[in-house]
Amino acid sequence: MFKYILRRLFMLPLVMIGVTFFLFFLTQRLSPEMRASLYIQDPRQMGSLEEVIQKYGLNDPMPVQYVRWLKKAAKGDLGYSESANMPVISALKAYLPATGQLAVAAMVLVVFFGLWLGIVSAVKKESITDNLIRLGVLAGFSLPIFVLGLLLLMVFYGKLGWFAPGEYSFSADMIIHSANFKTYTGLLLIDSLLNLNFYVFFDVLKHLVLPAVTLCIGSFALMVRVMRSSMLEELGKDYVRSARARGLSNWRVIYKHAGLNAMIPAVTLAGIQFIRLLGGTVIVETVFDYPGIGRWGVACAQQLDIAGIMGFSLMVAVLFVLGNLAADILYTALDPRIRLK
Amino acid sequence: MTLKKILLDALKNKTALAGFVLVVFFALVALFAPVLAPSSGRDSYQMPQGGYSIQPQAPSGEHYFGTTENQYDLYYGIVWGARMAFKVGITVVFFALLIGLIVGGIAGFAGGWTDEILMRLTDIIFAVPSMVLAMVIAAMLGRDLGNMMIALTIVSWPSYARLVRGGVLSIKEREFVLAAKALGASPSRIFIKHIIPNAIYPVIIMASLDIGYIVLTAASLSFLGLGSPVGTADWGQLVALSRNWILGGNGNPFAYWYTIVIPGSALLLFVLGWNLLGDAFRDILDTKAKKA
Repeated sequence: MFKYILRRLFMLPLVMIGVTFFLFFLTQRLSPEMRASLYIQDPRQMGSLEEVIQKYGLNDPMPVQYVRWLKKAAKGDLGYSESANMPVISALKAYLPATGQLAVAAMVLVVFFGLWLGIVSAVKKESITDNLIRLGVLAGFSLPIFVLGLLLLMVFYGKLGWFAPGEYSFSADMIIHSANFKTYTGLLLIDSLLNLNFYVFFDVLKHLVLPAVTLCIGSFALMVRVMRSSMLEELGKDYVRSARARGLSNWRVIYKHAGLNAMIPAVTLAGIQFIRLLGGTVIVETVFDYPGIGRWGVACAQQLDIAGIMGFSLMVAVLFVLGNLAADILYTALDPRIRLK
Repeated sequence: MTLKKILLDALKNKTALAGFVLVVFFALVALFAPVLAPSSGRDSYQMPQGGYSIQPQAPSGEHYFGTTENQYDLYYGIVWGARMAFKVGITVVFFALLIGLIVGGIAGFAGGWTDEILMRLTDIIFAVPSMVLAMVIAAMLGRDLGNMMIALTIVSWPSYARLVRGGVLSIKEREFVLAAKALGASPSRIFIKHIIPNAIYPVIIMASLDIGYIVLTAASLSFLGLGSPVGTADWGQLVALSRNWILGGNGNPFAYWYTIVIPGSALLLFVLGWNLLGDAFRDILDTKAKKA
């Protein structure tokens, strides 16, 4: 087990080099002039395009350029992101907390409702309720998140005016950027509580509702399916029958006895689900104009902000690989039958 | 088999049947697109544009589903969008499967270092969420239908390669392969004649059921403006054209509902059809695997 983790951690830098090398190779499809133009802020500098190409060696062979990028990246210099108008490292620091907040909120919804729907679906096996849940969950899985997001905005923002896009409202913005509001973690939900500012807390929470709901809808399918089958297995076991024989209430047998045991495979799945949400944040954040790393990534891609694209992909890949490893470890820790090699 | 079991199976098949009906419906729309919505221009996938007014028009006798921003006819877009969905889905699955077969087959059959290197290659693709990787690749290659399909193929082949490799590894040691080897068949003959046909059928079924997922990702790319060029009959792009109108106008928040609900439903039903089919087939394949 320990050896497995060590080997995977050792592989991480290699995989990262592979990913960045591949992406760097793709950036070379853009002409040196196009890449040089990213360094130019002022149209009057246009004449010096050749100088920029010379200065940054944009015409050098690709491996030379890649090694140069890698050396700088190792020192923590990922370049300047045009689309964010700040260094890539600062952009990552600025955008990551908002995405983390969103992903955690969505995950809480997935776990809570996923487990519950799975239990109901198993207890009422093959009834109309069961079939409706399974069909509904599959429909959620098939629903494009950008369509769902826009529809929710249409109803809850346009018609009812309950929720607005963005991360917080204008009045909260004034407070957050005032001198009295201290930043501790960058996560506004936590920071607002530490500042004992409940107005900001509820404002941020309110803005999280629609994006989190949109993000989680597609993730129920797997959770419910696993919880349902695991619950069915538990319900057929002897201890459940003896608990019933002892006269325990139905509710107690289902939720306390069978439910808790059935949760193990479903909860381990949550790790993998959490990672999958990362891909969805790209769309959700764009639709809701939510200032996270996903919206920035889309902006980088649309504006061919190369430094931004490289930094964004690197960050996502690191999170993704580490997250998968954590999910693996969680899996073995909770289920002694599985051994990693 | 008890009556209850048969009834339960029939119930299960009901979902498969629903999926089948949906997929066949869209296939028919795609097939008869030239009849349902005759095109006038040179490129049929390019939606006809009735003027340059920015405001969408409600459904009418002239425009059955209304028009989008910039006066693209929604009915035309939906009909040819179905053809586009099949075109993108089938092309991507075909090429991803082809690469997956070759790479996975070689990795499983050759083993050793070849296997190690090829599998680390799949690790690299798997290290980034497929939606994110496809987005980045499509952006770098430039906004174009072909480039979008290349991006989707690049992110799709590794999972097939792994499946094929697994299949090859399990079949490599079976008796009929050993028998062929004993009879003096060359490695290439064993690979092409014996191993590949037996290892690929489950993978082919799985891959073809991925069409729904691939079309969904393609639509997401188009929605972000990184997929098909402006004016292409493409459901993702039609949804993107509705973005400015979700708040309605003239005191009615739902004034332009059709710009999003119609293309959104087409996309949902198409993907749902494939997923319903996929669900049923996965169960069937599963029981087969258990019996074997």
